[in-house]
Amino acid sequence: MTSHFVDAVRLVTVREIQARIRSKAFIVSAAILLVAVVASIVVGGIVGKATADDTTPVAVVDGVSLQSTDGLDVTPTRTVAQAERLVRDGEVDAAVVPSDDALGYAVVGLEDAPTDVVGALSVAPSVELLDPGALPAGLVSLIGIMFGVVFFASAVTFGSSIAQSVVEEKSTRVVEILMAAIPARALLAGKVLGNSAMAFAQIVAVAVAAVITMAVTGQDNLFGLLGPSVLWFVGFFAVGFVLIAALFAASAVLVSRQEDVGSVTMPVMMLVMIPYLLIVVASDNETIVGIMSYVPFSAPIGMPMRIFLGTAEWWEPILSLLIVAASVVVVVVVGARIYENALLRTGGRVKLAEALRG
Amino acid sequence: MLTIEGVTKHFGDRRVLDDVGFTVGSGRLTGFVGGNGAGKTTTMRILLGVLQADAGRVSIDGTEVGPADRRRFGYMPEERGLYPKMPVAEQITYLARLHGVDKRRAGQRTTALLERLDLAQHADDAVEKLSLGNQQRVQVAAALVHDPEVLVLDEPFSGLDPMAVDTVLGVLREHAAKGVPVLFSSHQLDVVERLCDDVVVIAGGTIRAAGPQEELRRSAGPAAWELLVDGDVAWLRDEPGVTVREFDGGYAVFEADDAVAQRVLQRAVQHGTVGSFAPRVPRLSEVFREVVR
Repeated sequence: MTSHFVDAVRLVTVREIQARIRSKAFIVSAAILLVAVVASIVVGGIVGKATADDTTPVAVVDGVSLQSTDGLDVTPTRTVAQAERLVRDGEVDAAVVPSDDALGYAVVGLEDAPTDVVGALSVAPSVELLDPGALPAGLVSLIGIMFGVVFFASAVTFGSSIAQSVVEEKSTRVVEILMAAIPARALLAGKVLGNSAMAFAQIVAVAVAAVITMAVTGQDNLFGLLGPSVLWFVGFFAVGFVLIAALFAASAVLVSRQEDVGSVTMPVMMLVMIPYLLIVVASDNETIVGIMSYVPFSAPIGMPMRIFLGTAEWWEPILSLLIVAASVVVVVVVGARIYENALLRTGGRVKLAEALRG
Repeated sequence: MLTIEGVTKHFGDRRVLDDVGFTVGSGRLTGFVGGNGAGKTTTMRILLGVLQADAGRVSIDGTEVGPADRRRFGYMPEERGLYPKMPVAEQITYLARLHGVDKRRAGQRTTALLERLDLAQHADDAVEKLSLGNQQRVQVAAALVHDPEVLVLDEPFSGLDPMAVDTVLGVLREHAAKGVPVLFSSHQLDVVERLCDDVVVIAGGTIRAAGPQEELRRSAGPAAWELLVDGDVAWLRDEPGVTVREFDGGYAVFEADDAVAQRVLQRAVQHGTVGSFAPRVPRLSEVFREVVR
C-alpha cells in the first residue's frame, strides 16, 4: 500500500465527515436520537423516584399511636373534628382517629376507602426471594429495545448516507474525475471509514450522554447493571457498522440515480431491520437471543443483551466479535470488487453478477 | 511525448477499439476527431487509467505510464461533474490534493486559477449556485489545478459560451506553450481546424489518419486552385489538363498540376483583372469525410 493510497483515503474520509456535519438532516436526526435516549432515562428516573418517595398526607389525632409512619406525611391534630375538616378540605387524604377496637385507631376517608393509608398502616409479612438476581421482564425488554433502536437508527442513518454519497458521485459524474486521480478502492475505503467514524462518534455520544444522565439523576445502580453491556455494544457497533457500510456502498453503486437507491438497498435494509424486530419481540427468548448473538448482523444487539442478562460466558463476546470481524473482511473484499466494476457504469441498473465478474 | 500503441478494448463481445495507436507531441495541440461511438471517450479513459485496456500500452517518452504518472495528468471527462453542494474553492483544492499536491500549494494554485478564470468572486459559493457557464469554468479549473504534465480533454468546448471558449482556448495554448502534450476531442471540426497542430481521426474503433494537420489536408486529394476574375471564366473548361470542380460566373475551383495552374493564371491575367488566385487546401471536414468512408 503506497503512501498516496493512504493520503487519498484520508482526504476522502475527511471530506465525507465534513459533508455529513454540514447536512442539516444529519444534525437534526443525531440530536433527536440523543435527546430521546437522555429523555427516556430522565423520565424513567422521575417515575421511579416518584413511586419510591411518594407519601400520603394524613391527619393523625393526638393520642393515636402508630407503629410506623413509613409512606405517610403526618399532620398532627388535636381533635377528631379538626382532622375531619382537613379531610373535607382535601388537605389530607385521610384522618387517623382514636377508636375502641383492637388496633386503637380507625381511618376516616372522604369518598373512597383510602387504600394507600390502609396499606401503609397494615402489617406485612416478611418476604424471602429465592432468585433475587432476576430482573423484571419489563426492564429486560426495555433495554433490548434501547439497544435495538440505537443500533437500527444509527445503521440506517449512516448506511443511507453512505449509499446516497456513492450515488451522488455517480449521478453528478464527478466520479470520473475522482477515478482519474485516485484508485476506486481508496474512494470506497474513505467513504466507509468516514461514515463509520461518524456513526461510531454518534454511538459514543449517546453512550456518554446516557451514563452522565444516569449519574446526574442518581441512577448509578442502573449504570452498574448496564455498563459492561454498553461498552461491548459500542465495540460491536464499531466493527459491525463497517460491514453494514460496505454492503450499503456495494449495493448503491449498482444504480446511478437517487430515486433508485431505495429499491437497491432494500435487501441490506432488511438485514438491519430483522435483528431490530427480533430483539423487540423476543428479548426474553434465550434461544433466539443466543443465535442472534453470533450472527454478524444481529451480534451488536444480541451479545450485549446476553452480557446484560449475564447469560454469556466471558469468551463468548470475544468469539462473536471475531466472527463479525471475519465477515467484515469478506464483505469488504467482495464489496470493493463490485464497487470498482460498477462505478463507471451509468444509466441503467448494473446486474450484480456482471459487477462481480467485471 | 505521449504514445499510445496497439490498444484494444472489448465491451462484452463487441470490439470498441482495435489496435489503436498515435502520439501526442510535447507542446502540440492534438485534436481527436471521430463520430459518436467511434471510440474517442474509451481511448481517453484508457489513457487516464479509468478503464483498463485488453491489450496495448501507454507511455511517455518511452516509459510505460503507471498510476503515479497518471496522477499528474489533467482530465476533463465528457460527462462533466462536480459536487453540487461543495464550495468552489474548497472543491478545487480537494481535487488538487487528491492529485497529490500539498495543502499549501493546492490553496495557492486554486486562488490563482480562480482569478485567471474570472471565478474569484464565486470562490465560496456552492457549485450548484453558479451559472452553467461558470460551472464549466470550474470544471476547467478542476482539470488544471495540479499543473498537469499531460492534458486530456473530452469535448472541452461543448456547452461553453463563446467567452468561455476563448478562456479555455487561452489556457490550452498556455499549457501547450509550456511543453505539455494536449489531446482534446471535438465534434466541431472547424474548431479543431482552427486550433490544432496535429489531428487524429478515429472511426469504428480504428485510427484512420493521424499527423500534422497541414500534411493531412494537403495529401487528402489532388491539388486544387481557386480563381476569381472580373468577367467570365467559361474559357477555363477548354484548357487542357484542367478539371473544373465548381464554376460560378467569375469564380471557379479547378484541379490541375502546378505547371498547368501557372499557365491558367497567365491566361487569366491576359483576359482581364484577377481578383484572387490561390491553392485550395481541403477543409478538415472534407479530409474527415474522405478518411472515415
